[in-house]
Amino acid sequence: MDARQCSVGNRGRRYLVIYAALLKNSVIREMMFKGNFLLWIVVEVAWFAMQLGFISVLYLHTEAIGTWTKWQVVLLIGASHFIQQMYQTFFLVNCLNLSELVRSGKLDFLLMLPVNTRFLLSLRQLDLGGLVNAAFAVAVMVYAAGKLELALTWSRLLVFLGLCGLGVGIHYCLMFTLATVSFWTVRAQGIVHGYYNLFNIARMPDEAFARGSVFRSVFTFVLPVLLISNVPVRLLTERLTPASVWLLAGMTLICALGSEWVWRLSVRRYTSASS
Amino acid sequence: MPAIWVNGPVMPDSRRPIRLEPRPAARAAANGREAGRRRGWLRMRKYWQVIGIGVQNHLTYRFNFLARTLFDFIPLTALLLLWRTIYAGKGADATVATFTLAQMTTYYLVVAVVDVLTAVNDDDWQIAADIKDGNISQFLLKPIDYLWFRLCLFLAGRAVYLTVAALPIAAVILLLHQYFILPASFGGFLLFLLSVALTALLQFFLSYTMAMLAFWLMEISTFVFILYALEYIASGHMFPLDILPDPVRFGLMNLTPFPYQLYLPVAIYLEKISGRELVTGLLMQAAWVLVSYLLARLAWRRGIKKYAAAGG
Repeated sequence: MDARQCSVGNRGRRYLVIYAALLKNSVIREMMFKGNFLLWIVVEVAWFAMQLGFISVLYLHTEAIGTWTKWQVVLLIGASHFIQQMYQTFFLVNCLNLSELVRSGKLDFLLMLPVNTRFLLSLRQLDLGGLVNAAFAVAVMVYAAGKLELALTWSRLLVFLGLCGLGVGIHYCLMFTLATVSFWTVRAQGIVHGYYNLFNIARMPDEAFARGSVFRSVFTFVLPVLLISNVPVRLLTERLTPASVWLLAGMTLICALGSEWVWRLSVRRYTSASS
Repeated sequence: MPAIWVNGPVMPDSRRPIRLEPRPAARAAANGREAGRRRGWLRMRKYWQVIGIGVQNHLTYRFNFLARTLFDFIPLTALLLLWRTIYAGKGADATVATFTLAQMTTYYLVVAVVDVLTAVNDDDWQIAADIKDGNISQFLLKPIDYLWFRLCLFLAGRAVYLTVAALPIAAVILLLHQYFILPASFGGFLLFLLSVALTALLQFFLSYTMAMLAFWLMEISTFVFILYALEYIASGHMFPLDILPDPVRFGLMNLTPFPYQLYLPVAIYLEKISGRELVTGLLMQAAWVLVSYLLARLAWRRGIKKYAAAGG
């Protein structure tokens, strides 16, 4: 048993070393095009500002969406942006690259390396701009929290971060599953583009959609994006039912298992191109 | 990369002498005029060919179009449901900035239709790629104008997109028929169509001008995306501009082209704009089309001077 623990520890350390190397590569790559790096941050800020603008215009004409007040929704948009940006930092580029790797046959090289292929595929490249944008999102959340005069404790913040982590996991599993469609068809770009629409749903307050309606059920139980930022924000604003935490955790687990199953099924279909 | 770029588009050569039937000398003058018209027609015909090629090219991507249309229904549905919730919270027959729930629903549905008819899809990326890869060199040699060439491809793309998107959009409109308002008058509908045509031209010329940045920059996508974000909110994509505070709306309508890229035709459809405001609106739209056309020409002329034909 000792030996086995040792090997698990070793393996963990080995993956950390690999990840550190990937991280270093990403930093070097980003710093080669500094101007571009900064401009992409401006792009994300522009879209974030647009979302906030939409909400502030909306609340000129209404007091509440369901029971959600203006600053609660701002907090929601901040949280959803935070989760999306964290996801973008670690996973997005890699998910987008998958179809190209399959199409060009470059996946061969990754399959041959003595590392878990999915680990390498999912985490190969970091998008460091995402961290900067996540910081902007945090700033907006802090401001909204101030307006709402939330009673925050460290333990609550910690749970909040944990729930956000689950949200990142759901985004990753869903999009990775979508990206594996590229093993079946070379035209997977359209599908990946479609995922941006799901980010849009993740920003919406859940009560905008009637409980039990088809739309709400689909985006809660099938593609659970409505849980991703609503559950953590409900925790901060003290409107959380314990059941929804379990639901979020359960859906994350289902998504993770589902995506692993689809991944194994897909990679079996891989016939290398041009070799 | 579309196949036409590899071999170069097949164009009829307009400089080829036209063989005319032998004719009596007395009618030569009249026939000269006729020949002039024929030449003009031939000049048009090569662009018809481009449209044909464009349609064929875009048809290869019809499943992508369909996927995109269907995916775009997700945020559309979300917005419609969001508004319904807001209206429900305000009580029966409430209005938001003069919009009833039915008008609000119709607004978004008509936006979806106008979007299908006029939105620039991949055209700006393709133009930028043509410049970067040196594909435009062939247009400097051929008797075909790159701007009209791209406009034809754009229109072909819209035609194909329309055939793909028509069915799903019609289904959604039918599904929501109790919230969908038909145009109030035939004349108003014609003005709507006119405005849609101008919108398409404006969209295209502005995107074309943006793509010209590729003459000077390696990467234009960041600039395009920043402009998209602005357009998305200021053109009325996210909400009717009527719900903005008056000074903001006034500023947008009078100082920027954005409302004329989407909002104006939809507002005409819903008769939110009428009378003198409508006339000035259409004139402003036409003026922006002209300005964007001139900008596009100017940018091209400047760009060509800088152009190094990399790899061409």
